[in-house]
Amino acid sequence: MTIEPSQRVETVPPSGIRRFFELAEEMDDIISLGVGEPDFSAPWAAREAAITSLELGKTSYTANRGRRELRELIAGDVDRRYDLEYDPDEEVLVTTGASEGVDLALRAVIDPGDTVAVVQPSYVSYVPGVIFAGGEPLPVPTTQETDFKLTTDALYDAGVEGADALVLCYPNNPTGATMTGSELEPIAEFAREHDLVVLSDEIYSELSYEHDHTSIATLPGMRERTIVFNGFSKAYAMTGLRLGYALGPPEAIGAMNRIHQYTMLSAPTTAQYAAIEALESCDDAVAEMRRQYDRRRRLVLSRFEEMGIECFPASGAFYAFPESPWDDGEAFAEALLEQEHVAVVPGTAFGEGGEGHLRVSYATGMDDLKEALDRIERFIS
Amino acid sequence: MDLSEELLELLQENARYSTDDLARMTDADPETVEAEIERLESEGIIRGYQAVVDFEETERERVRAIVELNVTLDRETSYGDIAERIVQFPEVQELRLVSGDYDFDMEVEGDSMREVSHFISDKIAPIPEITQTVTHYHMDTYKTRGIVLGDHDEDDRLSVSP
Ligand SMILES: Cc1ncc(COP(=O)(O)O)c(C=O)c1O
Repeated sequence: MTIEPSQRVETVPPSGIRRFFELAEEMDDIISLGVGEPDFSAPWAAREAAITSLELGKTSYTANRGRRELRELIAGDVDRRYDLEYDPDEEVLVTTGASEGVDLALRAVIDPGDTVAVVQPSYVSYVPGVIFAGGEPLPVPTTQETDFKLTTDALYDAGVEGADALVLCYPNNPTGATMTGSELEPIAEFAREHDLVVLSDEIYSELSYEHDHTSIATLPGMRERTIVFNGFSKAYAMTGLRLGYALGPPEAIGAMNRIHQYTMLSAPTTAQYAAIEALESCDDAVAEMRRQYDRRRRLVLSRFEEMGIECFPASGAFYAFPESPWDDGEAFAEALLEQEHVAVVPGTAFGEGGEGHLRVSYATGMDDLKEALDRIERFIS
Repeated sequence: MDLSEELLELLQENARYSTDDLARMTDADPETVEAEIERLESEGIIRGYQAVVDFEETERERVRAIVELNVTLDRETSYGDIAERIVQFPEVQELRLVSGDYDFDMEVEGDSMREVSHFISDKIAPIPEITQTVTHYHMDTYKTRGIVLGDHDEDDRLSVSP
């Protein structure tokens, strides 16, 4: 016999990123602006804490929800930074990356057939996550006209009134868009009015360059209907340690934990020790990385402007999302890779609204970044 | 961070950043950047620009040594006076007054060990105030001025990731 994948798996097409990854892997000597993770290593203190925990033999499972000490630190940290108040015992869940949090939340709150609106362009995991949870994804495209911010017009145009949940992500991967508190207010009002559960992926919250990050959960009436995801991958450059967390009302976190305790048991222990140290002592390292990204961001945006490549002023994460110089972004990205050995990801990989755009990651050293920009300039002239 | 601090940091990272790139990174205009760098140079805050060379990668043999110097002072002679004399030698790359077991920490560079040894015995040791020299030859350099030498850092992240 052959093992037939389930229908749910069959429905989910292979990732658009995957195809590009394969193209890029065939080539050596490429400069990649296609990378969705920091080019820094985790702060040394956090790495050392991980090593020490291993030396001390801390290799068992932790509590399902994560070590209490870590949950307390997370609660303190999000309160201080984002004005989010959560009880470490009932409202914080430590997960294996923000990725697990998103997956758990979808499975914990979505019933078969429920509609889940997904703001696009978006991180590639949301739509498949909705499908795996048995829900119906409803794309909500955002466009360059609104600087890729979500508007109520976009929600009404997509028909989100009838949806059960809404997934959003600001600062955004792939666009680099952010939303201020006042820009989020009408979205919150919409969610209240139409009784939506909001899943807010805020993994890039520390990488907001133009204004302080606002979580939609802090807006009136939103706390009880929002699940917030965050983690250590981006701010602390700890992608490989696989550690994130979810914040939400006790019923939501409790339901998520019910799945988590059977599927994951607990998030990686070593990573939890690293995360404790990260929260306790690595603010400066985060600030320094943010400064470096910000310089690169400004360089990238002004180089595009000088090249005549249209790009809205991306203000968060470590991505710029310029218009493709050719109408067909995929063809452009492919030709750029072939001729100049520079990898960028076509916007189509991120869903509706991504057509004709490119995701350009500046999570790469200044020398390579400059060289890649020179090559792009040469390629288009 | 104001513009001058930011420029100092960027130029220490890479003195060859072009004015245009510095302007792009700091959101200032190129004329302002140019003027600010000129000011930093003329006020002696920026003292020069040098390449960080990994001589292991070249044909040329360079020998470097750290030399600990002990001195005795008298009423007429200060540390500054001794230093002033030593810094005249082109062989001397670095000279610092330090705390601890010895007084000056000096770094010397030459084409061969012989040359460096002779320099120390002929030029440094005879200085009347110098009572002792201890020479440590560099055997290998792994990091200098914040830059890691040797194996070129490979980026082992996936070339495209979500
Ligand atoms: C928006 C977004 N959410 C979540 C993730 C995954 O985060 P984690 O490593 O914490 O699972 C990524 C990684 O690229 C991301 O861009």
